[in-house]
Amino acid sequence: MKKSIAVKIWRYAIIFVVASYLLTPLAAMLDFSTKSFSLLSPGRSLDSWRAIATQPDLTLAITRSLITAAIVMTVILFLIVPTAIWVHLKLPILRRPFELLCLLPLAIPAIVIVVGIAPLYRWISINLTESPITLAGVYSMLILPYTYRSLSAALDAVDIHTLAEAARTLGATIPRVIFGIIMPTIRTGIINGSFIAIALVLGEFTISNILNYKTFQVVISQIGLSNGSVAVAVSLASLIFVLALLLIIPNKKRQGAVLDVDIA
Amino acid sequence: MSSSAYVQLVDLAKYFGKVKALDGLSLDIAEGELVALLGPSGCGKTTALRALAGLQELDRGQMIVDGKDVTFQNANKRGMGMVFQAYSLFPHMTARENVEYGLKLKAHKTAGDKRKARSSELLELVGLSTHVNHYPYQLSGGQQQRVALARALAISPKVLLLDEPLSALDAKVRTQLREEIRRIQLELGTTTLFVTHDQEEALSIADRVGVMRNGKLEQIAAPAEMYDRPGTAFVAEFVGLTNPIAGKVSGGSIEILGGVVKTLPGSITSGAGIALIRPENIDVVASKSGNATVFSASFLGATCRLSITLNDGSRITAQLPSADSVELVTGAAVSVSLLDMPVFVKASI
Repeated sequence: MKKSIAVKIWRYAIIFVVASYLLTPLAAMLDFSTKSFSLLSPGRSLDSWRAIATQPDLTLAITRSLITAAIVMTVILFLIVPTAIWVHLKLPILRRPFELLCLLPLAIPAIVIVVGIAPLYRWISINLTESPITLAGVYSMLILPYTYRSLSAALDAVDIHTLAEAARTLGATIPRVIFGIIMPTIRTGIINGSFIAIALVLGEFTISNILNYKTFQVVISQIGLSNGSVAVAVSLASLIFVLALLLIIPNKKRQGAVLDVDIA
Repeated sequence: MSSSAYVQLVDLAKYFGKVKALDGLSLDIAEGELVALLGPSGCGKTTALRALAGLQELDRGQMIVDGKDVTFQNANKRGMGMVFQAYSLFPHMTARENVEYGLKLKAHKTAGDKRKARSSELLELVGLSTHVNHYPYQLSGGQQQRVALARALAISPKVLLLDEPLSALDAKVRTQLREEIRRIQLELGTTTLFVTHDQEEALSIADRVGVMRNGKLEQIAAPAEMYDRPGTAFVAEFVGLTNPIAGKVSGGSIEILGGVVKTLPGSITSGAGIALIRPENIDVVASKSGNATVFSASFLGATCRLSITLNDGSRITAQLPSADSVELVTGAAVSVSLLDMPVFVKASI
């Protein structure tokens, strides 16, 4: 009995320490963004939060970044996921090379990637479009390490070969097997990978800044140069948004989703 | 090769490098028949089944089902129902959705009402009418395999293929389910190919059992014939227990344990040989002047298994009805003889 109370105290103590570590910077941001710097009305003020809506570039930047994230999601769903499934199912010999390829963006510093792709984006902005949405191309590459790991873990947790063969004998075509059987089976892995990718796209700064595209993070940084308080308010809002997305994932698991089911 | 056969596998060959998974396998299955393929690991039985399902490409051979050559047909167009060794239910679908899956696809498209009626009927047939809305993770291993069986049967398959569907289950469920598989198969009259490494399973439910070795069919026969009249030494030794006892063969008989018994076709015809004797074909009676002693006795319920040391020091196993073995306790002097059943004799090494 005594032991269990001690264990409980330890658990709460650990949770408290971790939560303090994570929440203190957020609390500090909230404190800073709601502090009134006016000599006439000292105390608390929501001026910085209200100012978010009045920033001309910000709404546009948020929209662009969300569209970019949506494009990256589409690439994940219709290119990366089917490819990962195909490699696991039909080309196991390519698993290692494919994994290595997907990990490369993690091993290569962002600045090196920028130097490499800058001429390409210069050409795109001169000949095609200047829209920052084109960044979806390079982002789809950057998210590979995170998305692929998540997908690979989900695919390894399930006997997809047998599921695919069962569906085939029942009359399913190969696209139907991939989209109708395997993808719903590894949906938790896909959702996890996708949300991590969205968080990455919404938070990316280095590449878009160097390439001179006005994405969400770049605009926040610019606002920060003129008004620190508003920039902190926007950062906090975006952090809460992404945090909310990530917290939704575990609750989105439908009953019957596979990752927590032992089907071996 | 019989032209009336519903399924004809002709000279199937599949090589994985130097390994001969299938090496000229030919097999006929009549309509409504249940054939079990039995053999040790790596003998090619699963490869043969997968080839018939369209999941394994072949290097050579021809497969004809219902008069139609299906050798090069895609798996999704063959209309084979398959139950796998591993649990293969789609985890994001309920039992009913799993059973209805095949009926929603183009190949077996069925209208909504009929589909529902069919899935209800099949889930009832496998005894799971109260579990229609359960997800696979809410079902036990045996229940999952029942749903898998219902799912395979839902598409009214030309051939039902069972790839060791019971091997992941515990002994009691296994026995129960194999009997149900047989009942359902007889009820629906579905032509079935059943692959297993468990001889008891094969002998108990199949119309005919085929024993495979190194990618070839060693012998195919009805279970009783396979057991009593093995055609090769491998079959005799693989199916059931045998006692190897040396003797001398001449004129279609062998002299052994002081008696003479006939030899089976395929045995050596002359010279020294080793007879492969079933334990239940050995008669043991208590006798003070006997030629052997009881080394140990194991009570198995209806029967009793005796380990007997012969006068020459060799040891054999005999199996008798328990009622006849009351006096045959450890150390008892006994007289051993053979029942008048033909035996398979292989050459002495």
